[in-house]
Amino acid sequence: MTYFLLIVGAVFVNNFVLCQFLGCCPFLGVSKKTDTALGMGLAVIFVMGIASIFTWLIQKLLVAAGIEYLQTIAFILVIAALVQLVEMVLKKLMPSLYSALGVYLPLITTNCAVLGVAILNIESYGVAGAESLLMSFLNGVFSGAGFTLAILLLAGIRERMDIKAVPAPFRGFPITLVTASIMSMAFAAFSGMIS
Amino acid sequence: MSKALTLDPKGKGRIVANGIFASNPVFRLVLGMCPTLAISTSAFNGLGMGIAATVVLVCSNLLVSLLRKVIPDRVRIPAYVLIIATFVTMVEMLLRKFVPALYDALGIYLPLIVVNCIILARAEAFASQNGVGDSVLDGLGMGLGFTLALVLLGFIREFLGAGTVFVGELGDASFGLVLGDMPDYAMSVFVLPAGGFLTLGLVMAAINAISAKAEKDRQSKCAAAAEETFAEQPTPATAGANDGAEAAAAISEGEGNADGADKGAEATKARDAEGGDE
Repeated sequence: MTYFLLIVGAVFVNNFVLCQFLGCCPFLGVSKKTDTALGMGLAVIFVMGIASIFTWLIQKLLVAAGIEYLQTIAFILVIAALVQLVEMVLKKLMPSLYSALGVYLPLITTNCAVLGVAILNIESYGVAGAESLLMSFLNGVFSGAGFTLAILLLAGIRERMDIKAVPAPFRGFPITLVTASIMSMAFAAFSGMIS
Repeated sequence: MSKALTLDPKGKGRIVANGIFASNPVFRLVLGMCPTLAISTSAFNGLGMGIAATVVLVCSNLLVSLLRKVIPDRVRIPAYVLIIATFVTMVEMLLRKFVPALYDALGIYLPLIVVNCIILARAEAFASQNGVGDSVLDGLGMGLGFTLALVLLGFIREFLGAGTVFVGELGDASFGLVLGDMPDYAMSVFVLPAGGFLTLGLVMAAINAISAKAEKDRQSKCAAAAEETFAEQPTPATAGANDGAEAAAAISEGEGNADGADKGAEATKARDAEGGDE
């Protein structure tokens, strides 16, 4: 039941983009078409899952060495290295997935959702025991799923909006932001469902 | 967007002004959306975030510019990220020690300044190609532009969503203005995430509309001025250079009041009036 609540919480209640404003840049920038949005979403799920595990391990090391204040620097370096590594491994072992993710994989390094999930994991689950590692991993994967859901929905709406007569000053980003606002209101209905 | 990023301003003042207006990071370049939307729930938080980001931006631009000939091209991005992360950690520690209230309010978005695309974008697009002085000015301009945008959004959201103006606390002192019984009638949606997206969208649309109108006015003024000089050419002599300038000013004034179709007629009228006075 704890895991079910965690999953629902990560995808809907605390949706990364629409409720916590993490990962807004790709959310607004890469949501013109549904297939590119899906590619970005999958890449985010993938990297966030792996990054959750690795940053958990790194945090354990930092705590052991008593240098927690280096968290930000250590995490961003690990995430950057990890993205490179994942890119190389995928290219070698799973070229089909690699080409599907394409350019979105390197872009993820500067996606604040990845660093955000790493820091939030440590804040809410700590680094004690295997339980917290599993929780961190699940939270990473399903926060990524929430991101994918949001970006796919927005891309679907934007594809339809392209053929509509939007008032000139609203064309481009403004109307996208207004759309995101209405989506966010819909997601706000989930708030309070899980305390 | 990319054109604005590589824009090469001439004067020192223009480097700063460029960051604040022409390529404002939030309204024009659309960078750094996460902190913009998340932190702008009140003007004070916006100001705090803006200053924190400005400090990091100026320092990282300075260091990147100093090291631009030392850092090998292939590892430049990790090097920039490391420089930025160092300064973010420093700002984080300073805030935690001296302004704990703001530290709590900024929360997770403080360490996330590391991945704020404005800072990396300026390191890559400006500081890595320009001298130290210019890079610092660019960082300052971009930072001020970011701060201005955050404070503006924060002010609107705080006013509509909480019914207060610039409430905050610094150390033991708390300040700000609670507008009578406005808080009872506040629309709390504006301090929720949905209000963040909505406010930014509407402000951006308003800026687009204003700049489109300004551009249109400028163009029609230029056209009118060109027409004017062309019309005056056949009858030179009597009117000196100064009178010509005066007439042009009168025309642009008249045009400001006129709307749409009969701009030309209005301009002629204004010119006639000017002539009559003389």
